[in-house]
Amino acid sequence: MSRVQSALALSLLALIVLTGWLPHAGPAFALLFPDRDRLIYRQDDFADLILAHLAIVGASSLLAALLGSGVALAATRRWGLAFRPLLETLLAVSQALPPVAVLAVATPLIGFGPLPALIALFLYGLLPIAQGMLAGLDSVPEGAREVARGLGMTPAQTLWQVELPLAAPVVLAGLRTSVTINIGTAALASTVGVKTLGLPIIIGLSGFNTPYVLQGAVLVGLLALTVDLAFAALSEPLGRWRAPQPSPGEPTLAGAD
Amino acid sequence: MTWRAPVPGALALGTLISLWSLPFVRFAPNRLLTGDGLAWWRAPLGLGHWAALLPCGLLLLAWRAQSRATRVVGLPAAALWLVALPWLAGMAARQMAPEVDGLARVSLGAGFWLSWGLMALLLGELLREAAWPVWRRVLLWVGVLLALLAELSGGALDHLSLLREYANHQDAFNLAFGQHVQLVALSVAPAALLGASLGLLAARRSRVQGALFAVLNLIQTLPSIALFGLLVAPLAWLGEHVPGLGIAGIGMAPGILALTLYSLLPMTRGTLAGLQQVPAAAVDAARGMGMGSWQILWQVELPLALPVFLTGLRITAVQAVGLAEVAALIGAGGFGAIMFQGLLGSAIDLVLLGVIPVVALAIAVDLLFKLIIAGVARHD
Amino acid sequence: MIEMTQVSKTFGGARPAVDDLSLSIAAGEFVVLIGSSGSGKSTLLRMINRLVEPDRGEILVNGVDIRRQRPEDLRRRMGYAIQSIGLFPHWTVAQNIGTVPRLLKWTKARIDARVDELLALLHLDPAEFRHRYPHQLSGGQQQRVGVARALAADPDVLLMDEPFGALDPVTRGALQEELLRIHALSGKTVVLVTHDIDEALQLGSHIVLMNQGRIVQQGRPLDLLRRPANAFVHDFVGRTEIGLRLLALDRVAGRLRPNEAAVGEPISADLSLREALSTFVARRVDRLPVVDDQGRPAGALFFSDLLERQL
Repeated sequence: MSRVQSALALSLLALIVLTGWLPHAGPAFALLFPDRDRLIYRQDDFADLILAHLAIVGASSLLAALLGSGVALAATRRWGLAFRPLLETLLAVSQALPPVAVLAVATPLIGFGPLPALIALFLYGLLPIAQGMLAGLDSVPEGAREVARGLGMTPAQTLWQVELPLAAPVVLAGLRTSVTINIGTAALASTVGVKTLGLPIIIGLSGFNTPYVLQGAVLVGLLALTVDLAFAALSEPLGRWRAPQPSPGEPTLAGAD
Repeated sequence: MTWRAPVPGALALGTLISLWSLPFVRFAPNRLLTGDGLAWWRAPLGLGHWAALLPCGLLLLAWRAQSRATRVVGLPAAALWLVALPWLAGMAARQMAPEVDGLARVSLGAGFWLSWGLMALLLGELLREAAWPVWRRVLLWVGVLLALLAELSGGALDHLSLLREYANHQDAFNLAFGQHVQLVALSVAPAALLGASLGLLAARRSRVQGALFAVLNLIQTLPSIALFGLLVAPLAWLGEHVPGLGIAGIGMAPGILALTLYSLLPMTRGTLAGLQQVPAAAVDAARGMGMGSWQILWQVELPLALPVFLTGLRITAVQAVGLAEVAALIGAGGFGAIMFQGLLGSAIDLVLLGVIPVVALAIAVDLLFKLIIAGVARHD
Repeated sequence: MIEMTQVSKTFGGARPAVDDLSLSIAAGEFVVLIGSSGSGKSTLLRMINRLVEPDRGEILVNGVDIRRQRPEDLRRRMGYAIQSIGLFPHWTVAQNIGTVPRLLKWTKARIDARVDELLALLHLDPAEFRHRYPHQLSGGQQQRVGVARALAADPDVLLMDEPFGALDPVTRGALQEELLRIHALSGKTVVLVTHDIDEALQLGSHIVLMNQGRIVQQGRPLDLLRRPANAFVHDFVGRTEIGLRLLALDRVAGRLRPNEAAVGEPISADLSLREALSTFVARRVDRLPVVDDQGRPAGALFFSDLLERQL
């Protein structure tokens, strides 16, 4: 097992153990917070919350991955090249938009419930994915494209056999950023009652119940970490053809919120 | 028959479609109701309806005309639309809800926002194609901005519910502005100092790099709400047991602390990247001329690393402006407080009152730093 | 083999990249297109496999107009090599070499056999190199793989665009020898683009000197050196170095006196006369002992004979 794989296993194990243990952790929390009676969040099952959280993030990210990479791909083909500056402008302008703002605007317009959250996550998730696809395709050496054509590959063969495999590590990094952001924003969707791991935090904050906040925060943090490490493990074999690049400051693209 | 300019054409077409198919303004008898949408041609605009000829003209222009014509006719037409559309919406609002303190509300519809945004993109695209020097492009945008500000301060938009909401929450708005700026400034400044030191350390001791960035990346991976939540408990404990500090689990302190932690990664990364891109030959030459290691740092490395460092600072500051929005959840205030209040009350105008200033602030910070970086780079 | 008739191509600018140019390339020929950058030599090469479509004129390969063929099919029948960056970095050496056979849907066993055969031909140990990625190879090894990949599907024509441009002089020299050997062995038609006159003189059996999209002069290397058509050609082949370059075209074997002998370290009969001249000057002698490729004495080379038959 590589270091990333063992870190992933450890993080996943911690998530599972904690999810199982928290309902029985009353005595432990009583030590930390001696003057309280409601110590453990019991309105929902933690495992249910995790699954609901993953469902909303998974669905929105999948849709965003399909559309976002499709749009970026189109803007790099010869027939769509004219639209590339427009796409880049859109991506640059949207940097100024915090993800939670999209959620906040979508909810009053669409109504309460998971649908506006899903749409907001989908919309904001598009941005890092499209960005990753553009950067990934840009990172393909011009010589590789040229030679693929010169050796007689059709445009489709060039795309699938040369461009996409070479772009894959960067594309995956964009997807990773998108999913990480969405995990955080999905938790914020609990402010409008959507069932995610954000619920214990929001309920805890509004009721001044610090144990609830702690339980939700630890689980959300671990979930984000586990998913992030899963992506890191996934991208390891994708870059095995690359010369080793010894710069730990560079390859991390995960973003907060 | 082919399109001369497919992108402006598509944008002009999109402007027209969103204007025709989506409500331009919404009318509600009071602020709690969503209200009914009014399409462009049903809104009381009088002669203002003819303004729709502007995107029609731009569509025709994109279809057949040469690039010079788009410059001479297209640019003013697009800029005029950006200024005229809010004015028309304000006029419609005055017609439909004449009393400023009455219950009836007129808000901006999706048709307004989309057709305005698409036209802004169209203007940007026309400017890009015109290949003007930067100062002329900036001048045009500043002109549009000043015209909009004039409308705003002249009262032309006062009857729109967004402005009525602002009038009602003016005190909260000003307070939020102060808090938001405070949150950003008080977290980015220490993070810049600390991040610069950490970046310098990482550049000097490559063995520290791995562990340092593992920790910083871990923090960056944590969702903001989780980090805020994790800080609540220890800070509350500190507040209870060390009363003199004035610290509590909720409020400004955990907000600033969390934003500082988030800002460390981009600052450290920016500093390290800045130092790493200093040409080894320059350092070598400095050493060869007899400079000491501090002299090399101050006279060679830091000046050469400055533009990249400032870019890191720019990214950090823009990120902090957005993240501060979430800090309202733990009582840190800022525009997030207004936004969440609107979100909980399902009041879109209140949400926008908490979102639009943040976006404007982020863009302003971004531009400010870009100007500074351009200035620094010119001296090189 | 390849017939180009009055082809022209203009990119954005006002001046055509290739201007009303006609060129005929015979089968088995090693043609070098040479000129300074912007002379249109690369554009001309890329027209042959339709990477660039001419605005006017026609190109026949084996008597068939290339516009009548699907570009992909045409290209798969021609080898193509460019500077070393052209290897696919995400594929192993074996996968890179097998690119065109895979496109042509050869069986896996046949591809494997062909890859091993080509690696051996280019002096790369198959067991050691098959599974390496390009970044694990030296520049020279990468370029060998590039040449092997161009040869993979046994094409009739090999198109090479400055294939050795990024290599150091020693590696380049070795690969040039290699290419000459393969050309002699296979009898393929090679069209190679370079801006290096020494490379052109060494490799080409037919040299085409281009300037501003037109052919200035073409012919055997000797023709260009002996009878430059104008001042431009004269400049290009190097005014003061023409003599040395002429010497470089001939080998010691052609000038030696078989029944003579000389003292000192013997030189190989395979050496170019240019190198022999250098040896004369360095040793301050006027005759050198010569041995054949088995190391047996073959005679002696006289300094004065360097001049013979050149006037």
